[in-house]
Amino acid sequence: MTIAQTKRGKNTRVAGIRTALTGNDAVAEAWRQVDLDVVAAYPITPQTELMHKFAEFVADGKVTTKLVLVESEHSAMSCVIGASASGCRCATATCANGLALMWEMLYIAASLRYPIVMADVNRALSGPLNIHCDHSDTMGARDAGWIHLFSENVQEAYDNAIQAFRIAEHPDILLPVMVMLDGFILSHTTEVLELVPDDAVRAFVGEYKPDYLLLDPAHPITVGPLDLPDYYFEHKRQQIEAMEAVPAVVTKVAEEYAELTGRHYGFIEPYRLDDARVAIVALGSTAGTTKATVDILREEGKPVGMVKVRMFRPFPVKELVDALSGLDAVAVFDRSASFGAMGGPVYIETLAALYGTRTNVRVMNGIYGLGGRDIGTSLIRPVFEDLLKGKMEPQVRYISVRE
Amino acid sequence: MSQLKKWKEVPRGGLILKPGSAAEYETGTWRTFRPIHHEDKCIQCLRCWIYCPDAAVIVKDGKVVGFDYVHCKGCGICARECPAEPVAITMSPESDFDKE
Repeated sequence: MTIAQTKRGKNTRVAGIRTALTGNDAVAEAWRQVDLDVVAAYPITPQTELMHKFAEFVADGKVTTKLVLVESEHSAMSCVIGASASGCRCATATCANGLALMWEMLYIAASLRYPIVMADVNRALSGPLNIHCDHSDTMGARDAGWIHLFSENVQEAYDNAIQAFRIAEHPDILLPVMVMLDGFILSHTTEVLELVPDDAVRAFVGEYKPDYLLLDPAHPITVGPLDLPDYYFEHKRQQIEAMEAVPAVVTKVAEEYAELTGRHYGFIEPYRLDDARVAIVALGSTAGTTKATVDILREEGKPVGMVKVRMFRPFPVKELVDALSGLDAVAVFDRSASFGAMGGPVYIETLAALYGTRTNVRVMNGIYGLGGRDIGTSLIRPVFEDLLKGKMEPQVRYISVRE
Repeated sequence: MSQLKKWKEVPRGGLILKPGSAAEYETGTWRTFRPIHHEDKCIQCLRCWIYCPDAAVIVKDGKVVGFDYVHCKGCGICARECPAEPVAITMSPESDFDKE
């Protein structure tokens, strides 16, 4: 096994370890390798197995982590905020209604600027009660001040779960990161992936060195005091600035990770787009399904491509505009509804990004997969065919809902 | 009043980096009504000094001499509790002092 060496910022390529894991186990494995200081856990399907696995590592003495079993998700987030304030590297995981219960603490984590990492196993918000995948949970939290990284497959979930710490803890950022993986589709599906050796992960994430510690009697600080109209706005301006610094850091971390592993991740990933006339924009596992559909249509000579959005917050405006501008037509896929808005959140962000540019690309919205409704190549194919025909009505369509 | 700091100058996330810094926070800017001490009517009972929640009543040599307007929030407790007749503390709108 090769040991990663960091010399002048260059990482030596290490031999990966090929194995097969579920998405939940892969994230737990990444966090075992990072060896976190504090993890707060509260079970909720389909995230439960992630914390089961991590609790197993704790019980077996494979990590030095203090695992705190809390009484709710609100407490889970509160716990990691407190731990982070005291200088710990920490993480938690949740989904759907658990994320909803964390709501106020999500904003507090971000505004206090704590580099917490959380896995969200995307699941539909109740009601009616549903435990299956859609993105309504994290899309609701899109303005909470967290960085949002989506994962196409188990490998990417694992890779995101490691890179997240470097991004969150960068001194220009100090913002929490959510790593998304599609509930059941990724969380419970065993896929082949390549792990980075333990020592290489440890060297890559390095030691977390916080600049202020809540429990340092020699340098007492106050965390979270009242912030009135005279300074609250200034603190929000700082938070906006930190978010604007994220792309440069994500790029740097991705480059270093690529040196180490050979796997490179951008904000977006264009797929067979160079000579495409039409494309679909998608997040998460559906990006993989869309790639498969592109391959089928390409075999038939159709000029189609797709763009995966890996980083949803901050939204990669420039990269997406560059990718889509030369096309005739685009369908933006949303696995959540934004009730009363003109379409799903990814669609609205994409339209906003394109507005004012010189492009004539026509854009429609495909809302799909709510509550875990399956999406396959046979459902994506007609969207591509409509795009090729220029059939853009209805502008917002609901894929595979029974009319 | 001191100059308010710009967004690049304040510690991130509202952190306060030194203890006891509340005294530097000029809560006097919150005031809508200003307490005025009428020395000729004051019986020097020091009730205002006892009741003031912000320690903003200035006492020298055992006598009330006025208010710390940098910290006085103008709550009016001193004026309400003043037992002197006629009353020795009255509240006046800050707008009366705008030209100061």
